[in-house]
Amino acid sequence: MDMFGKKRVAIVGAGVTLFRRNLKETGKELAYHAAKMALEQAGMELRDIQSVVMGSAPDAFDGVHMKGEYLADGAGAYHKPYMRVFVGGGTGVFAPIAGWWHVASGQFDTCLVVCEEKMSSCYPHPQYAFTTIFDPILERPIGMNLIWIFALEMNRYMHKHNIKKEDIALVSVKNKRNALDNPIAQLGANITVEDVLNSEIMAWPVQRLDVSPTSDGAAAVVLVSEDVAKEVTDNPIWIDGVGWCIDSTHWTNRDLYYPDYVEYAARMAYKMAGIKNPPKEIDVAEPYDPFDYKELHHMEGLLLCKKGEAPKLTKEGVTQRDGDLPICPSGGLLGCGNPIAAAGLMKVCEIFWQLRGEAGKRQVPGDPRTGLAQAWGDLMQYGSVIVLRR
Amino acid sequence: MSVKIKHFPGEEIETKDFREGKVLFESFRSKARYAWSAGIAVSRFLEELKNGRILASTCSKCGRIMVPPRIYCEKCFKPTDGWTYVKDTGIINTFSVSFIAADASRLKEPVVVAVIELDDASPGMGIVHWLGEYGDWREIKIGMRVQAVWKPPEERTGAITDIKYFKPLKE
Ligand SMILES: [Zn+2]
Repeated sequence: MDMFGKKRVAIVGAGVTLFRRNLKETGKELAYHAAKMALEQAGMELRDIQSVVMGSAPDAFDGVHMKGEYLADGAGAYHKPYMRVFVGGGTGVFAPIAGWWHVASGQFDTCLVVCEEKMSSCYPHPQYAFTTIFDPILERPIGMNLIWIFALEMNRYMHKHNIKKEDIALVSVKNKRNALDNPIAQLGANITVEDVLNSEIMAWPVQRLDVSPTSDGAAAVVLVSEDVAKEVTDNPIWIDGVGWCIDSTHWTNRDLYYPDYVEYAARMAYKMAGIKNPPKEIDVAEPYDPFDYKELHHMEGLLLCKKGEAPKLTKEGVTQRDGDLPICPSGGLLGCGNPIAAAGLMKVCEIFWQLRGEAGKRQVPGDPRTGLAQAWGDLMQYGSVIVLRR
Repeated sequence: MSVKIKHFPGEEIETKDFREGKVLFESFRSKARYAWSAGIAVSRFLEELKNGRILASTCSKCGRIMVPPRIYCEKCFKPTDGWTYVKDTGIINTFSVSFIAADASRLKEPVVVAVIELDDASPGMGIVHWLGEYGDWREIKIGMRVQAVWKPPEERTGAITDIKYFKPLKE
């Protein structure tokens, strides 16, 4: 079995809308804007596209069930082979992986991948819509909400490695500052560790400034086979590794301090990309950071450092844009906002632009050649990883 | 976000638009109702909660004692082949102290939820439940020993809430 596909696949265009708390555009309109931008950057038109992949996270957010069908025309799927992928927060990186199959299999030469999220429709807060992801018999009677369980995970991670809250807060400080250079960002800011530690407690140890905001937005990429890539661009960015993995939904039966499933997904992607020493070979990374501790948790799961070592690297400045291993130069979800599926694909777009040298003020130095994006979702159980190369 | 792209689409609705009533609201409440099956394993578990006992299932291949119980071992992918009771005592694996309710509204008094690793279950095997009688939440620690506080037998309905909460054990 050839798990690496028949054809090499490139990204040749990317687009992202503004990320905002409330946008006037509908989900379809946002999908259209992102898709159109990605096509324009690729120098292509919808008629050049042979298949479409759509990603969006829980239907309950915007109260439209079977959202894939609803969003199809905004995503450019009119009269085309179309599929929706949906693995919660992991969707934004899994959608381009699904697009990769379409082209790598040899079935299509071009595929448009669009991710959209409109969380503001769930008023006043989409948090309540999340209650329906829990086991109805054993967990919902406890009145679970999602911030609680992330707090459980953060607390376990801090306990296991004896990590202080102020060391985790540095991630929020870094990413919000990085976002000041990002024109789409919702929450770029110069804040301090003290601001984070003094912000309102939501669910201890999670405080207001440890969390990314809810947002609306969309992102898109155009994937093509090698033959097409040579025709349309001089600087394609190759998808050299993909990986994905899910853990048991019995989340109270696992040790939440470490995301095994992210490690397995990363190992799959690294094997495909021929990466043996991730911290040395990855030049820039966008791990999923809906919470500040998650960036650290995910750096460890991605084998970018040893278990428990990510806070130290952050403190030493290694993860700054001009550090040895720049992490979330886009500003991440903490700085840009978190329209869930769109936020994951935004990370893929950022790596694409970083590797093309088009990231402007956010450009990491040193002529990066290899980048990584990762997303995480479902009931704290799913990891998706993509490795891109110039 | 690319220097080659000058314009990023999206028009923001501002807070004043909400205040000035310029935003159209449509509300919807789903009338869908559900009667979930608790399933083979969890039905037995719930029955035993009524008796004040916590039921686990066991897998002879990997040797795990699993709570909540299941009829198949997801690791070995074979049927579990035994039932056993575990103690209603254990340790706090992790906890959180929530100042927001399920709908993200603010709470005056926090709610503490914890993953409890039950004694006699396999290491790391926990269930999620509330903590109670903990005094000041700042005193709660991972690794603290706790015990279930049960509803009186006549009030039990065969639900996870037949356990009122877990309370720290004085040792
Ligand atoms: Zn087993």
